[in-house]
Amino acid sequence: MEANFPRPDAQTLLEIYRKATLIRRNDDRAHKVIRSGRMVMPFYSTKGQEIIPSALSVSLNADDYICTIYRGIHDSLAKGLSLKKLWAELGGRVTGSCKGKGGPMHITDPSIGIMVTTGIVGSTMPIANGLAWASKLSGNKRVTIANFGDGASNIGAFHEALNLASLWKLPVIFMCQNNRFAEHTTFADCTAVDKVSTRASSYSMPGYTIDGNDPDEMYGTARIAIERARAGEGPTLIEAMTYRHNGHVFGDDGHYMDAEERAAAIAADPLPKLRARLIYDGIASEDEIKAIEDGFERELDEAINEALASPYPALEEMKRDIFAHEIG
Amino acid sequence: MADIEKLTMFQAIGVALDDAMAADDKVLVLGEDVADKQGGGVMGVTKGLSAKYGDHRVRSTPIAEQAITGAAIGAALAGYKPVAEIMLMNFVTVAMDMLVNHAAKLRFMSGGQTSVPIVVRTVTGSGFSLGGQHSDHLEAWFAHVGGIKVIAPSNPADAYGLMLSAIDEPDPVLFVENLIIGTSGAAAIGPRNVRIPIGKASVPREGTDVTVVAYSRMVVEALSAAATLEKEGISVEVVDLRTVSPWDHETVIASVAKTRRALVVQEAPREFGVGAEVAAEINEVLFRDLRAPVARLGGAKCPVPFSSPLEQAFAPNPARIADVIRALVDKEFR
Repeated sequence: MEANFPRPDAQTLLEIYRKATLIRRNDDRAHKVIRSGRMVMPFYSTKGQEIIPSALSVSLNADDYICTIYRGIHDSLAKGLSLKKLWAELGGRVTGSCKGKGGPMHITDPSIGIMVTTGIVGSTMPIANGLAWASKLSGNKRVTIANFGDGASNIGAFHEALNLASLWKLPVIFMCQNNRFAEHTTFADCTAVDKVSTRASSYSMPGYTIDGNDPDEMYGTARIAIERARAGEGPTLIEAMTYRHNGHVFGDDGHYMDAEERAAAIAADPLPKLRARLIYDGIASEDEIKAIEDGFERELDEAINEALASPYPALEEMKRDIFAHEIG
Repeated sequence: MADIEKLTMFQAIGVALDDAMAADDKVLVLGEDVADKQGGGVMGVTKGLSAKYGDHRVRSTPIAEQAITGAAIGAALAGYKPVAEIMLMNFVTVAMDMLVNHAAKLRFMSGGQTSVPIVVRTVTGSGFSLGGQHSDHLEAWFAHVGGIKVIAPSNPADAYGLMLSAIDEPDPVLFVENLIIGTSGAAAIGPRNVRIPIGKASVPREGTDVTVVAYSRMVVEALSAAATLEKEGISVEVVDLRTVSPWDHETVIASVAKTRRALVVQEAPREFGVGAEVAAEINEVLFRDLRAPVARLGGAKCPVPFSSPLEQAFAPNPARIADVIRALVDKEFR
């Protein structure tokens, strides 16, 4: 990170930890719930990637937009998605964020700026441009975050979108979460450049490769990109290096992942580090942190139990929301 | 602006865009070459709009169909009403993910929280010597998807009124224009700012012996065949679907219930086409009343050929339509 980039203050660091912990506890719980057979869903773990949206979203306003992908529950939780809406959606219940009609890959909550969650690699970027174009036209200063993975930087939509965003100077941030894997294929095995950020220069926008697991670097770089976008100076590409602790999808043991590298990444887990730092720096006591963590566990119990007790959508829902007016 | 009394279909669509942009500053136009500096679009439909409404509302884009469609979708999610021009219908294939996976599905997948009120205008058609990648009528691909409406007008007045409705529509609309009839058959467009409802067919010619159901250029071909057959004593009713999806069952069924014979004509290849859907529905509802099996005519199942005699043989024409109608009228089941 550049030396002059801003650093998070104590309360911001605590907030980053709070968000990251919520995401982690939620992810661990999802594995338990699926294993118990209480819910059936395709689940794309974000374990290991928590710091990125946590350190980014502390600089976003509620009405800023995000677009994210199937591996994006961390992005939505960091933006403020309620656990109750999330779990009811994961359970396919009518009380879910999308009435159970979207599921884990299509979480949406426009009331807090979660505009699109897509199951298609690369597709956040062209749509994020449109949201950013709208902000530019209306002059409302909102910024849009387009989340995507390293694998998506090899698809055409990435290149079309970056070119247009730069050409039109759109207030959008291309947030590449480089977790080292495109499904089962390593970044190196499917990408012709060493860094995704080098591609930014092809589109005349700033590009940064940073340690996405470092809350200071992630916060500072995101802040600079967000300020640039709000000031009308155009887009930024951030490549935040991280590591996907789990396989591609629930049930995938990650046999294709280098065992040593994986063990090292898990050993370097940023969450315990940040936790220790908060205590060491006197930002929060062990008890205070424990209270946060226990609070999330209780919220999860409540959200999951409530989801399981909620009704499924009525069959009539198949005719609704296809168009504004119900179809016959 | 062209003489309002008599407009081609392309001009009529331009007037509709102008009227819509004047009425609502949320209406945007984007696409390759759409601004005046680049000529106002491949067929000149958007000519004059950027001068009148500014380059920020009428935006020329790179040749990047995913980026164009994505930008339209995103702006629509944020409350704008973008009209995206995809230069030719075959280029829509490059933006299929944006249209099919996103524009058409976001409302449903979000449980009704978001909507994508975009219009994607595109133009196509055989008979223009453009060969296999610039001529396809692909409307059936989209009619097959829930969440997107498909309009394919056959004349300037319908194109004007339907474009206004398409822009009003709170959901995505694919608006299919045809190269051949876009510049021919100039006609009056009727009163300004009057909408033609989506999903309503028209009956441009009434008859008693047989119903021809068609849309886009095939309506013009069917009307021509009907005029020929009139001299032979065969009375042909022509139903212009105008909207391909959702199509107007009521008007089609009422017409065929009267004539008891039907031919469905499309320019796209016959197999798995819009005509198959219409024919199946007629059979399901009117099977016992029909005096002949429902007939279908469509394009050949090959890429649209370049060589002139081959291209002319590709799509149905008035002579072929008339031949099928004569055969239909000869048939008596009972």
